[in-house]
Amino acid sequence: MERSPISRRTFLSLTAAAGAGAALAACGSSGPGTSNNSGGAATASYWFLTGQPGEGIRQAAAERFNKANADGKLQFTAFENDAYKQKIKTAIGAGQAPTLIWGWGGGGLKSYVDAGQVEDLTGWFGENAAVKDRLFPSSFGPATINGKIYAMPCETVAPIILFYNKKIFDQVGVQPPKTWSEVMALVPKFNEKKIAPFSLAGKSRWTNMMWLEFLLDRIGGSQVFQSVFEGKPDAWSDPAVLDMLTKLQELVKANGFNKGFSSVDAGANADQALLYTGKAAMMLHGAWTYGSMKNDGGDFVSGGNLGWMNFPIVEGGKGDPSDTVGNPGQYLSISSRATAEQKEVAKKYFKTGVLDEAEVKSWINDGGSVPVVKGTESTLAASPDAAFLKFVYDTSVNAKVFAQSWDQALSPTAAEALLDNIAKLFQLQVTPQQWVTNMNGVIGK
Amino acid sequence: MTVLAPPPVAVPSSSTGGRSRSVSWMVWPALLMFVAFGVVPLLGVLALSFTQWDGIGEIHPAGLDSWKVVLSEPGLLHSLWVTFQVMALSWLFQTPMSLLIGVFLASHKRYRGFLAVLYFIPLLLSSAAIAITFSALLNPNFGLGTGLNVDWLNQDWLGQGDLALGVLVFVVSWQFIPFHSLIYQGGVRQIPISMYEAAEIDGAGRVSKFFHITLPQLKYTIITSSTLMVVGSLTFFDLIFVLTAGGPGDATNVLALEMYQTGFKANLMGPASAIAVILVLVGLALALLLRRLGGGSATDSQLEGA
Repeated sequence: MERSPISRRTFLSLTAAAGAGAALAACGSSGPGTSNNSGGAATASYWFLTGQPGEGIRQAAAERFNKANADGKLQFTAFENDAYKQKIKTAIGAGQAPTLIWGWGGGGLKSYVDAGQVEDLTGWFGENAAVKDRLFPSSFGPATINGKIYAMPCETVAPIILFYNKKIFDQVGVQPPKTWSEVMALVPKFNEKKIAPFSLAGKSRWTNMMWLEFLLDRIGGSQVFQSVFEGKPDAWSDPAVLDMLTKLQELVKANGFNKGFSSVDAGANADQALLYTGKAAMMLHGAWTYGSMKNDGGDFVSGGNLGWMNFPIVEGGKGDPSDTVGNPGQYLSISSRATAEQKEVAKKYFKTGVLDEAEVKSWINDGGSVPVVKGTESTLAASPDAAFLKFVYDTSVNAKVFAQSWDQALSPTAAEALLDNIAKLFQLQVTPQQWVTNMNGVIGK
Repeated sequence: MTVLAPPPVAVPSSSTGGRSRSVSWMVWPALLMFVAFGVVPLLGVLALSFTQWDGIGEIHPAGLDSWKVVLSEPGLLHSLWVTFQVMALSWLFQTPMSLLIGVFLASHKRYRGFLAVLYFIPLLLSSAAIAITFSALLNPNFGLGTGLNVDWLNQDWLGQGDLALGVLVFVVSWQFIPFHSLIYQGGVRQIPISMYEAAEIDGAGRVSKFFHITLPQLKYTIITSSTLMVVGSLTFFDLIFVLTAGGPGDATNVLALEMYQTGFKANLMGPASAIAVILVLVGLALALLLRRLGGGSATDSQLEGA
């Protein structure tokens, strides 16, 4: 039976087995990462995420590389997003990491670096300046830990965007907000018509976080979170933080979000459904949702009903209106436990495979997103989603500061405390002052 | 051509059979599995709770640090309280329901056999599937209420603390009542018919037969079922994780979930192990307590007076 005491034991042993397994595996050395058949072609393992259209594009890129390279191949396996986050941590801890470690850079990457599990690529990028120079300079931020580069930026840039439903705005007869006071003025107007002003999938927690990221930047400028990131004591005590938290709770109290937002899961795309079915007027979300809304929303996107803009300004705020937050890229690191041959294959893939011409094209045309490569304007302009892609490209390139998502930038320990406290903030379980105190407690952890 | 005759069977000299011999070897397979997959990991967790480890790098001994962190954290008390609430509420709801269904299903009638099959369907489903189904049904915007056009069903079921806890208890009960009914059904069928016949001669009706024969005779079945419920509810994880992920806020953040988040999300294996040890201790204490409450040993005869 599932709930018998046996099950408790099994559960605990599973939990512990992860730990014990890691300890044991750290002693032994042979794993998929180090097995190497003598003389034959080296095989570098590569894990990445499932989910179309990205999965197909990643797979096609790896297959093209394999076709072109008889002497060194990639062996790839795809994992679902949330499962992958756990799996990769356990695998790295157990010394069983794949040769190519796909990730989001920032705090997660730093924990690998601190454990000596990933290769320092600074020297390699120095020798291969051409590889580095064709990518967005901003994409290297989260790949750089203590001044050294530990990962190759890949795939796409995904700023957070304020999406809105043009049909609903016409219906209610209002204009998209340009300032925070306009936002607050719009809220009762939509609520009167039984339309949620903003769609939010609060169960996922990082979705709430996007609001804090933008609002803090607009009020206090990018320096406030930078101090937190640098681990300065009491960095959350900046008055801009209190102001931001208070404004957010005001928005929650004014019913700014859809009913029951705290139980809506972003994994099921229910928040996007609220926007394209007209049950919500606006949604603050990553650029990647454009593709899925186009897929799932019928003629919502193709019919020109989806509007988009950068986050509104806050009157009297210090932040630059061009600033944005989100994912400046995705990242590939090389496991330091891989053999020399495997590392060679991986580096060759970095040089000739990652974001080759065909991959860039498919990210733009099939993925509806902007790859982290410079000089793609003409391909972007020729795409069926040209207007949106140009907006994403311009937002990313023109941003004075392109801040990385907080939960990715901070260490996993601080990120978990952050997400926990953000969920409570939106639930009105903590006051802004308590929030600041709680978060100051985990600075630098 | 050689004919292979079966070798002569070694007949034990004392033909009285195994009865007089020690059969303690029979415990070895189970004991071995238990030690390898139960005790050893448990000791591992205990050892880890005195270390500092992020799950990736080196393990550093840290003395009592993890324990201090865990015990001074208000989140632990809250999680304990939520766990206790889930435990008590689901026991209060499940026990009468499964008892009644079990007694109902125990009588040998064909239509009841058919109903029994229907009742046991939830047992065949995995917790994750149940959780996904219920969260879709209870979605405040696209759920049951919208689908059936029944407005009062459009509550914020999983978005308000107390309501979410209630829904959680309901879903847990929906899943496990069939199992406990099965236990009670078996228990009721063990009660000798002669007791009921004697009671009928004395003029007892249905209700008094239930309260004076069935219920007292099921005493140990109730203890068994309650132990499974209470100890099992300590480890509810998959269902809650998928249904509410501990939310809204931390309203349904039970101990097992707190442990997972500390260990695998926040990368604090030391404190997570300390929570795991607390979980084991609470579980053991509750199991022992329930055995005590039963009075005497569960191996005593249950058929006094039969």
